[in-house]
Amino acid sequence: MLQLIQSLNSAVCGFLHINSYLQGIVILICINVIAVLGMSVLTGFTRLFSFGNAGFMSIGAYTAAILTVQFHVNFLIAIVCGAAFSGFIAFLLGSVTLRLKGDYFLITCLGFGECVRVLFNYTKDLTGGSAGYSGIPNYSPMLFVLACACLAFFLAWRFIHSKYGRNLTSIRENEVAAEAVGVNVFRSKRMSFVFSAIYAGWAGALYGGYLMYIVPVSFNLTKSCELITTTVIGGLGSLTGSVLGALVVTVLPEVFRSMERYRMLLYGVAVVLVIMLKPSGIYGYKEFSLKGTIRWFRDGRYRNLFKSRRQAQAKEQDTAGKGGN
Amino acid sequence: MAVVLEMKNVEKHFGGVRAIDDFSVTLDQGKIHGLIGPNGAGKTTIFNNITGIYAPNAGKIIFNGQDITGTPPHRVAQLGIGRTFQNIRLFSNLPVLDNVIIASNLDATYNLPQAFFKTAKYREREKYVREKAMNLLEVVGLSDRAGELANSLPYGHQRKLEIARAMALDPKLLLLDEPAAGMNADESAELVSFVQELRERFAITILMIEHHMDVVTNLCDHVTVLNFGKTIATGTPAEVKSNPEVIKAYLGGAD
Repeated sequence: MLQLIQSLNSAVCGFLHINSYLQGIVILICINVIAVLGMSVLTGFTRLFSFGNAGFMSIGAYTAAILTVQFHVNFLIAIVCGAAFSGFIAFLLGSVTLRLKGDYFLITCLGFGECVRVLFNYTKDLTGGSAGYSGIPNYSPMLFVLACACLAFFLAWRFIHSKYGRNLTSIRENEVAAEAVGVNVFRSKRMSFVFSAIYAGWAGALYGGYLMYIVPVSFNLTKSCELITTTVIGGLGSLTGSVLGALVVTVLPEVFRSMERYRMLLYGVAVVLVIMLKPSGIYGYKEFSLKGTIRWFRDGRYRNLFKSRRQAQAKEQDTAGKGGN
Repeated sequence: MAVVLEMKNVEKHFGGVRAIDDFSVTLDQGKIHGLIGPNGAGKTTIFNNITGIYAPNAGKIIFNGQDITGTPPHRVAQLGIGRTFQNIRLFSNLPVLDNVIIASNLDATYNLPQAFFKTAKYREREKYVREKAMNLLEVVGLSDRAGELANSLPYGHQRKLEIARAMALDPKLLLLDEPAAGMNADESAELVSFVQELRERFAITILMIEHHMDVVTNLCDHVTVLNFGKTIATGTPAEVKSNPEVIKAYLGGAD
């Protein structure tokens, strides 16, 4: 089956003249899209920050890799197992940590991500340690990864637009009020956390299949930060924004290859700029629509981009004064 | 007459402070009960004990024959106790309609796979929840603003939206925390007729905290007066108003 997908992939790519370099970029974009969509559900819609999602990526990557190499499991099942196992770990971790308030949860996630990385470094017999795990079959041809990204977006979209997504947004907006209208805040948060971990595991599994070689260090804190910044740049509370963010953040380093060393610096600057100019990200709270974009340009509303921040702040002060809270 | 809520000898301490001390009350079906008293008398603490934000240190809270002492907030809401907040707590960045839809969680009985595949059940339930929310907005007079963001509404409308949201739980008991706060005489009068309409339409029992005495007099069948966590008087609004203890608490005594 893998061979079938691979030959289909090379046929289509050959027909469209997509070389392997371009294929690589598309694959990386799609993998980032999946991981960032998970992040978006957690951070953008529930307002929980996790600096440990790279850890979940590595759990997915190693699970899928070990299953295919050592146990000769079908790659599809291996990817599903990788994502599911990552979700299972998130379920356990979330059960313990999600009763903690705000910052404490963030710090436990950070600690968790680092623990996982160190653990993979030490369990040499199973994971190859810091030397990496090699010999993974290439189970991430472009077409397959692209299909995965589409499926991931579709599922996330349906999830967010059902009662589950509404419950998450209600927690983001006002936790006390959410409880007062019957939302089980703890379970909803855990669901959101597991959802993001499954997506991270899924992305990680595909990542391993693409590089055919994984090392713990590629899933470090920097990777977690990258996922968060991408989500913030794309827009908190917007799935299409997250896709766009992942696209921009993956493509730009390829365009400015010579500036590779300054990548994280540029991320930092980008986040500061986004927060100053448009705190809710490129597509804050809104989803992309063709009609909306055409209207945006036609009505010349892009000129308001720099004005909007001051207006938003003025409005906020206004309502705060009025509401008496 | 059926008893909707009964609080028996409820106590709540914060450190050495007795926020409520030996508080008992019985709410009869379909009645409006008022809770009044000076600031810091423990009125909101009573609400928070009923809704499970705090667990009382002693005493029992019985709702519809069921002991709900220490039940977590979301369970209390699901059992049928809706509430509003003293400082309005809306889902500000969401549309008015969504604010009400979120509270109809119990009516959305589909599961995750059904949501992924948008099955017939999912569509039927979502349609029902949407229509129910629209009807409630109609009742509070906000149906023409369903698409606007909640924080763009004027203050009085935000209060009404909060009530509509609480009503989406199909509550048997509604707790209103200072619904007339910040309203002038005209607005208060309108609120009085609005709450009366709610009671008639939904046959609902209401417990309300209120400072505006005209609102209390016009609405409440029964009033409990608190001071420093202690019940100092109970009775009809007229009885309570002439009680010397109450006058002392409000105007300050010689001691």
